[in-house]
Amino acid sequence: MENIIEIRGLKKHFDKLEVLNDIQFSVAPGEVICLIGASGSGKSTLLRCVNLLETPDAGEILVHGQNILRGRMDVNQYRAKVGMVFQSFNLFANMDVLKNCMVGQTHVLRRGKEEAREKALYFLRKVGMGDFLSASPSQLSGGQKQRVAIARALCMDPEVLLFDEPTSALDPEMVGGVLEVMKDLAKDGLTMIIVTHEMGFARDVSTRVVFMDKGVIAEEGTPEEIFQNPKNPRTREFLSRYIQS
Amino acid sequence: MAAFIQKVLEIVQRYWPLFWAGTKVTLLISLTGTVIGLAIGLLVGSVRAVKVEPRDGLGARVVKRLVHALTSIYIEVFRGTPMIVQSVFLYYLLKPVFNWKPTVAGIFIVSVNTGAYMAEIIRAGIQSVDQGQTEAARSIGMTPMQTMFLVVLPQAIKNSFPAIGNEFVVNIKDSSVLSAISVTDLYFQSIGVAGSIFLFTQTMTVTASVYLVLTFTTTRILGLIEKRMGRPRSSFPASQTVPGNPTF
Repeated sequence: MENIIEIRGLKKHFDKLEVLNDIQFSVAPGEVICLIGASGSGKSTLLRCVNLLETPDAGEILVHGQNILRGRMDVNQYRAKVGMVFQSFNLFANMDVLKNCMVGQTHVLRRGKEEAREKALYFLRKVGMGDFLSASPSQLSGGQKQRVAIARALCMDPEVLLFDEPTSALDPEMVGGVLEVMKDLAKDGLTMIIVTHEMGFARDVSTRVVFMDKGVIAEEGTPEEIFQNPKNPRTREFLSRYIQS
Repeated sequence: MAAFIQKVLEIVQRYWPLFWAGTKVTLLISLTGTVIGLAIGLLVGSVRAVKVEPRDGLGARVVKRLVHALTSIYIEVFRGTPMIVQSVFLYYLLKPVFNWKPTVAGIFIVSVNTGAYMAEIIRAGIQSVDQGQTEAARSIGMTPMQTMFLVVLPQAIKNSFPAIGNEFVVNIKDSSVLSAISVTDLYFQSIGVAGSIFLFTQTMTVTASVYLVLTFTTTRILGLIEKRMGRPRSSFPASQTVPGNPTF
């Protein structure tokens, strides 16, 4: 099948620090890709380059064959189709839960109020937050915020949903609920790229695991290949720190 | 002491219509000036919060730099010179053009002066809003304008509300310098009364009391509004905010 996103020769540095070095990476419809690796290996930067929150220094990002880094591509329309879920949730603090899920639909996708409301209700129920429509983000727990953030992203009907360490800022007992939601999305066939330190989740849910190290993709493959039979010694070393009996 | 109080009360009794007229002018100028100043501050402050981005072309860069330079000059000049000097300077400078009354000139001067302070208050307010809010807005496809007006500015205004309110209190007091261009505010009326009866201390006791009542009341009202704004519109019992199971 045709790739949704294809990344070629991507480079990015902050001052003198090389964060991404010549990344080749592609995403096909329905894939659930987990990006793993040590802190500072470039996982989050790669993810942030995909929806242009970071501007790459060099390379190409082809979306359905079209380079979004060249020419007068409408970045905003592109971003609307690539959802993002952040580590720190980033719910709009000046809006209640329902409004958080509607504002993008009404102002970016230009949907009618009723349609937007219906859609927001549907996804908020789906993530188990249907009872909190008029709550303000400050009243919610971390896990609840993250589920609302996922609903907010889903309301935009994204082609790809990006997760940047979605459970890293959560209390341990909240992690499960958020991962459950993500598992169900994967089952529904949503295309996802997930930066995570949850190795169990990566093993169970992903169709492909990408191990990053020092700004390059050191190894990639199916979860079985990466977790049971890693070829690269650096992958092995990294995973050994996570292996539980 | 008793004689002093006696005199003060006499002044109130005899001249209260003048004090009242002056109070109305003071309130009109400080309130209008603060509101218009806030509008100027919102415009200038949000323009100044726009940063040059790596994706910008040459044209956008030049325009952004130019706007930044011009607004900087405005802010530095109006914050760096006394309002009494600004009022005399601008009143006579623009008199041939507008042929304006002192009160109108007074509103103009307070507005422009307040605008310079408000611009910095708003800019600081914008910078106090978490960068994640902007990223989230951009990630669902909002334009920079939408991000500013739907997400960042509402939060910035809320964050800087105490400072904005403070400007109003400052204006109630500082509009007294407009007597330099014979705006008939509370101070101007008072000094007129004092000069005609030659009882400066007694008259200024009345004047100071009126100013104190105005600023004290305003501070209290602003405090109430602030409390209101901090409170979410709905409330949930703490037990409801424990994580429930998602219902698929």
